[in-house]
Order: sequence, then structure tokens, then C-alpha cells
Amino acid sequence: MSGDRIVRIANGQGFWGDSVDAPVRLIEEGPLDYLTLDYLAEVTMSIMQKLRQRDPDKGYATDFIELIRRVLPQIRAKGIRVVANAGGVNPAACRRALIDVARSQRATGLKIGTVTGDDILDRLDELLADGVAFRNLDDGRSFEEIRDRVLAANVYVHSFAIADALRAGADIVVSGRTTDPGLVLSPLIAEFGWKAEQWDLLAAGTLAGHIVECGAQCTGGNFSRWWEVEGWDHVGYPVLECMADGTFTVTKHDDTGGLVTVDTVGEQLLYELGNPESYITPDCVVDFTSVQLAQQGKDRVRVAGIRGAAPTDTYKVSISYLEGYKAVGNLTVSGPDAVAKARICADALWGRLRRAGFSYDQTITEFVGLDAVHGDITSHPATVNEIVLRVGVHDRVRSKVDRFGKELAPLVTSGPPGVTGFAGGRPKATEVLGYWPALIPKDRVQTEVSVEEVQ
Amino acid sequence: MKRIPLYAMAHARSGDKGDGSNVGVLAYDDAGFELLREWMTPERVKAHFAGIVRGDVERYELPNLRALNFILNDSLGGSGSSSLKTDAQGKTHAQAMLRMEIEIPDDYEIPRVGRSGSLAPDGELVPGDRR
Repeated sequence: MSGDRIVRIANGQGFWGDSVDAPVRLIEEGPLDYLTLDYLAEVTMSIMQKLRQRDPDKGYATDFIELIRRVLPQIRAKGIRVVANAGGVNPAACRRALIDVARSQRATGLKIGTVTGDDILDRLDELLADGVAFRNLDDGRSFEEIRDRVLAANVYVHSFAIADALRAGADIVVSGRTTDPGLVLSPLIAEFGWKAEQWDLLAAGTLAGHIVECGAQCTGGNFSRWWEVEGWDHVGYPVLECMADGTFTVTKHDDTGGLVTVDTVGEQLLYELGNPESYITPDCVVDFTSVQLAQQGKDRVRVAGIRGAAPTDTYKVSISYLEGYKAVGNLTVSGPDAVAKARICADALWGRLRRAGFSYDQTITEFVGLDAVHGDITSHPATVNEIVLRVGVHDRVRSKVDRFGKELAPLVTSGPPGVTGFAGGRPKATEVLGYWPALIPKDRVQTEVSVEEVQ
Repeated sequence: MKRIPLYAMAHARSGDKGDGSNVGVLAYDDAGFELLREWMTPERVKAHFAGIVRGDVERYELPNLRALNFILNDSLGGSGSSSLKTDAQGKTHAQAMLRMEIEIPDDYEIPRVGRSGSLAPDGELVPGDRR
């Protein structure tokens, strides 16, 4: 047993829409064993369901296929394995697209694994009839409220399924809805043979995944002392050097920008954290109050001491539904008296809509440049040179939202002077997707693993 | 006693949690952590975010990181996807938290961390007794 063996895992995608070059740079700029890529946000699944409804070959992250087209020769030459939740709601179609790419590049022998079973949209009626209530996890509301508007329902499945695909020799594994930290934990399970009940080790791998799941947010991105970060134009994405005993080092490739310190990693540990003693995943419960961080030279932070416990007997389900429609528009108002004129514009807009007989479930009026994000936390400047008026509405009725969009442009000619910046046409109503978290007993969900070799 | 901005003695990060946000605050030294533990009560944090936080503020402690984790319930104007706010995910709440004024004893020495100390270079937050 090679106790000192190091497994290098990098995360090159923190969300759908993250840098398209970051994964390529991680492959090219330094050593790596695994590349993980997180493409799924909570609302992404419902967008993908819609794409699949229109075309049964769609419903996965197409960015991922383009990435593999770009890097397949390199990852094969270097022996880098890829784990991605790019499968979305259609991992099988994602695999077919990958096989097409591999064949076109004559990558014979490449093994592509898929993990499925997370998508329970078509099983909802059966599960409801069987007593799974899908009550809202946050406020206990009844699922009946949204049943007829559900667009996607996916279970955050455990990390042993991806590990099984890797053990079966998969060079690339695509899954649907797995947890973000699980993308890192699963190769560690496969490499080091970690097992259920080794809670401290599973917690360590989960915590490692949590640190890197938002890409550069642990390597200088979003850091409070931003003025200490250098090389923003070639910021290094995170690389983990992991050991079999659950300890690991957070670092980045040499000669990249960014910063890895106890402070940049410490901030990311707290990102989107609830109760630190009980970070619940399908694999274990992590105690964040046990973590010890230590600087080990430039851009290297060692992480140790992590304690974990057994997971719960339920999985979390991420359900999205059509909540209504919204539209948001902006106008730029110049000085003198920018704020006073922007207020007149806002009052005129809402007054005209009211006179026309329109009211909305929710509206917003923001003065960007004055107090849009921090409200009254700071004192306002006496005058500002210019300001952006940002207005929006939210309603169940689409036509009402579209009507709002038509009321913005007239302010340029029928309001106070110095109003501009109306470009790009009328704000259009877009669908608002609601998020409904729920629980499901673990024995109601079966994951399936398959590995296919490119011929 | 005197007051200094939290930015001078701690750093922070925020993100969304359902229809609320969390703000993790990390003190630069042990003495500072003890002061923040005393001063940064959920009530004071809620008052600081008056107009932004509509729900309760919950507080957790992580002594291993000299950190406090605050949950700001109902602070996003709805959940991330349905909110109309510019900051629908609480991304700027950490920066808002770091503007909070903390009462410290006169003999507390503001930690000098990293390059050019713990305060931003444009001096917006420089407390009265520095620079």
C-alpha cells in the first residue's frame, strides 16, 4: 500500500457559464490525474428538461462536448480522467455525443461511463402514490401546490456510483444530478478504496470537493483582500493533492495568477454554509468545526483533521417548477440631479401602468449606483453624476409582464431630460423557475452505472 | 472604547441559502475573534442589515477557523431564481457585513495582515486612528 501516493484532482468548472478556457489550462499548465467539471445549478435541470422535450437527443451540457473535442488527444496522452455532471437530464445522449467525438478522432478504446437514476420526473406519480410526500424541505408546504407545474425532479445521488464507473475503467464519466463535492469524492473512493462507514475519510473527500466546487473562488476569486491578488487575467483554478489518509493540499499550477492562502481557502470553506457541524451530503455528514488549515509554502494550504459521521436515510430531491414570469429593464439617467430625475421616471412608469389597470405580484425599483445592493448600510453621497434606474415585475400572467416591458422606452421622450441607455429592445417576459427542495427515502432510488468502450 | 470597521479585523464571504444568504466572517487573530463573538450578536447583525434582512439572523461558531457563520433568513427578495433584486444571491452581503462597525477596547491592536495591511488601498474604510 503506497501510503504516500498523491492523487491530483482539479476542478475546471464551477457552474454552467464558468470560463471555457479554465479546464484546458488545467490540462496544459501542470500535472493532473483527474479533471472534474460541475455544469449543473438548481435551475439548470429544468432548462435541460425543456431542451429534451423539444429534441430527445438534447438535455445535457453541450459545452462539455465542445471541451472534450478540444482536449481529447491531450487527456489521452497524459492519462487524465474526467468526471463531469454534464449528463444533465440525458446522460445517455451525452454519452452518444461523446462517442461521436471520440470516433471522429479515432480514439479507439476510450471508455465512457454514465451514472443514471437521479432523474425521477417520470416516477413522481408512482412515488406519490407510494407515500413519498415531497413536502417543501424549507417550509413544509404541500407538494400539491406545484404538482401540475413541475418541470424537473432530480435526486442528489451518492458518490459510489461514479466511483464504480471509474473502477470499471472509465476514462470519462458523465452523470446527472450528483452533489458538487461528490465529483471530487468519487475519484478518491475509486483510487483509495474508501468505504461507507469510513466517515472521516468520506468527509475529508467531501470537504475537498466543497473547497474547489466554485473553481477560482478558493484561489483568489472573491477574496476580501482583493488588492493582494495578482494575475487576474490568468488566474489559476484549484488543484488538490490528495492522500489516502484523507489529508490534502489545496494549490494551483505554477506560474498561474491568483492566490492560495489559509485566508482564501478559509473564506471558501464558509461559502454557502449552514450549520457547520452538520453539512449533510448523500455520502456522510461533515463537521466543519474539525477542519485545520495550515500554510505550507507559497500557494499551498494543507487541510487535515476532518471528522465525519453517517449520512441520513434520505436523499435530497431538487424539484423545479414554473413559478411565473418576470421582466427587468434599465434606464440611465444623467446629472445634474440624476437621482431626483430617476425617481420621477420610476413614479411615472408605475403611475402609467396603474392608470392602464395593471398591478403585479411583485415589483422592484432600484437605483443602481446609489443603494441597490447595500440599501441604507452606508450613507448615500449627496450627489451622483449619473445613475441607472432598474425596474422589474414578477407575475403569474405573462401578458401583464410583457405590458410592463412596453412602458420603459416612452420615458426617454416623455420624462425628464438626460434619460438614455435604452437599447436592446423592450424587456421581454422570461419564465421564472421556482426551486422546491424535498426528501426521498434512499431505498426508493436506484443508481445505474454503465461503461461503454469506443470501437 | 472605540469603533472600527469589521474590515480592519476580519474577512468574509457570502452566498445564497434558499431565500436567504449566509455570511462567514473570519477574524485575523484570537483577540479579535473573542471581540467579534461578544459584539456580533444576531440582533446587532440584523440591525446592520435593516431593510435587507426580513427574517431572523442565526449565528454559528467555528473556533477552529476563528469564524462566525451568519444565516440571514429572507434576505434575497424571494429565492435566487425568482428574486427581482440585482443581488439575488447575496453575493455582496459579505462586503456589506465588513462595513459593520465593531466596538473594541483602546488597547486592541489592529492586525496587520498580508500586503499593505487589512484595509483596502483606496482608504474608504480607514478608521480614525490609522494612516
